[in-house]
Amino acid sequence: MLKIKDLHASVEDKEILKGINLQVNPGEVHAIMGPNGSGKSTLASVIAGKEEFEITRGVVFLDGEDLEESAPEERAHKGVFLSFQYPVEIPGVSVTNFMKTAINESRKARGLEDMPANEMLKLIREKSELLEIDRKFLSRSLNEGFSGGEKKRNEIFQMAMLEPKLAILDETDSGLDIDALRIVANGVNKLRSKDNAIIVITHYQRLLEYIVPDFVHVLHNGKIVKSGTKELALELEEKGYDWLKQETVV
Amino acid sequence: MSLKEKLVSSFLAFENRVDIDNPVHNIRSQAIKNFEAKGFPSKKEEAWKYTSLNSLQKIDFSVFPKQENALEYKDVKKYFLHEIDSYKIIFVDGIYSSYLSETTHDGVDICLMSAALTKPMYKQVIDVYFNKVASQDESLTTLNTAFSREGAYIYIPKNKIPKKPIEIIHFSTGNEAALMLQPRNLVVAEENAELQIIERHQSLTDNEVLTNSVTEIFAAEHAIVDYYKVQNDRATASLIDNTYIAQKNSSVVKVHTFSFGGKLTRNNLNFYQNGERIDSILKGVTILGEKQHVDHHTLVHHIEPNCESHQDYKGIYGENATGVFNGKIIVDKIAQKTNAFQQNNNILISDKATINTKPQLEIFADDVKCSHGCTIGQLDEEALFYLQSRGIPKKEAEALLMYAFANNVLESVRIPELKSRINKLIATKLGVRLGFDL
Repeated sequence: MLKIKDLHASVEDKEILKGINLQVNPGEVHAIMGPNGSGKSTLASVIAGKEEFEITRGVVFLDGEDLEESAPEERAHKGVFLSFQYPVEIPGVSVTNFMKTAINESRKARGLEDMPANEMLKLIREKSELLEIDRKFLSRSLNEGFSGGEKKRNEIFQMAMLEPKLAILDETDSGLDIDALRIVANGVNKLRSKDNAIIVITHYQRLLEYIVPDFVHVLHNGKIVKSGTKELALELEEKGYDWLKQETVV
Repeated sequence: MSLKEKLVSSFLAFENRVDIDNPVHNIRSQAIKNFEAKGFPSKKEEAWKYTSLNSLQKIDFSVFPKQENALEYKDVKKYFLHEIDSYKIIFVDGIYSSYLSETTHDGVDICLMSAALTKPMYKQVIDVYFNKVASQDESLTTLNTAFSREGAYIYIPKNKIPKKPIEIIHFSTGNEAALMLQPRNLVVAEENAELQIIERHQSLTDNEVLTNSVTEIFAAEHAIVDYYKVQNDRATASLIDNTYIAQKNSSVVKVHTFSFGGKLTRNNLNFYQNGERIDSILKGVTILGEKQHVDHHTLVHHIEPNCESHQDYKGIYGENATGVFNGKIIVDKIAQKTNAFQQNNNILISDKATINTKPQLEIFADDVKCSHGCTIGQLDEEALFYLQSRGIPKKEAEALLMYAFANNVLESVRIPELKSRINKLIATKLGVRLGFDL
């Protein structure tokens, strides 16, 4: 589904990704871990198409198609979803209206009519129950005055609504207490299927107890320095990241 | 002949036509003298540094409305807030249209300035209020005073609340190649009275129109006045709006200015707080493109202690549009415990658009809270990326962000139908169809 080959990316002439190789197949969950500044969020942004980053070498394929020329919204229409570490506040636009716009724009791109209102309401009800979100929340302005937990829950609600092929969760666990973490993880798990894939970006192993990955990759200094199964996450938890740094020096 | 000469030399004919024995004759005569001495303001004056009236003065404007031009309601319906019932004071080329209007004398007076200035029953109110808060030396105001004859006259007695909002609309039909209009409005809200007014100037053709309007508003103790100015005129229509507001104890006056169009728009909005516990609220949303120009000059004069003022102006400027915000706050020495807030935020969406923003604070009291802030920026890239990553195309995403930017100014609009109308105007102005009614 997702194939990244020798990906180098820079922001303002500073190289952040220095040759990433990664393959993600349908039905898989990959975790990307690594210390601060290793390039985790950059990788997520590059896949989602943030213009600020320039791909200087290498390529990102989604279902065999080179994504480089696609705008972020086109990638979304192709099934890419990024759950933001810091979701942006949009005053005056309710969660419901925002989702309506997003869904209908995606439908439009696929040549479909707007989703009928009753169908939309049903979908919203169904998905908000999944994330244990109450009605009042849906009429609030998007992310405005939301707590950290509410923001993250809202991100996963959006993921549930948009049903992406490839979801990238960027530090979705940060700022969540244990109950919120459980709800969010539970929501994500219910969205797992043999047809979609998830990349979980996290600093800590904690989230991976709830969203169990098939593969774990360690990103350091813009490269994947180690890949393994979920046991690698436990090893990292135990040893921290310092040993990695030493290893790369040697 | 220059426009100034034309106006001054027309004055005698105007006075003869209207009624030389009228009680306001002396006021008009003094005003024309003041205008003659000063003339039109030039860019040399600090207050007119960024707005030039030179090119307008070169146009050969007709300065008298000539005849009544009939308009069919169906042709102009869209300019009314037709979703709700309202009182209407409507003018066509400067002349009152009884056909399009709906006035009342049922407990309140919502009618015409020409009647108020000539009929004895209004004399008492005219004597007390007419030309009492309007400037006696600002040249464009004195020009309007000299030719004051027609406009809206609204008198709400103590404890009265009109049943519905009042719409004041000035249409110009383009029957003259170029027409100058000088409407004069008087609004008096006595103690505990409450009212809502929507004002609009609308040209119906591409012939030149210049409107030099003066509105005086008096809010007595505990009165509440909501005034909405909808400025969305054609590229050949210019407006100089001079609004003067005098407030007494515990009154609340809110003025919303929505500037979405027109060639040149100058808003001189002046608040005078003659009492305590007064609240003055000034809100503005400006969205301009093409070569449109708007200049917001606000003044809040805190004269007594324990009062508040809140100013919040948002501007979005594209193409070659130019904007000015000049917000002056004066706090007199005795006006302790004043809370004065001023905010002006702007987004430039084109390299050629410009905005000049300037707070001007003159504070003579020592126990006050005054804050001001102005920003000029572009749309937040991170926010844009967030919306795009949800499948919303860039153009729609930008519109959504601009809407969000202007949104908090709309929250205080108390007529839901007007709010929804303004939302639609904003969406149209931003050139998008969004998946929901904004």
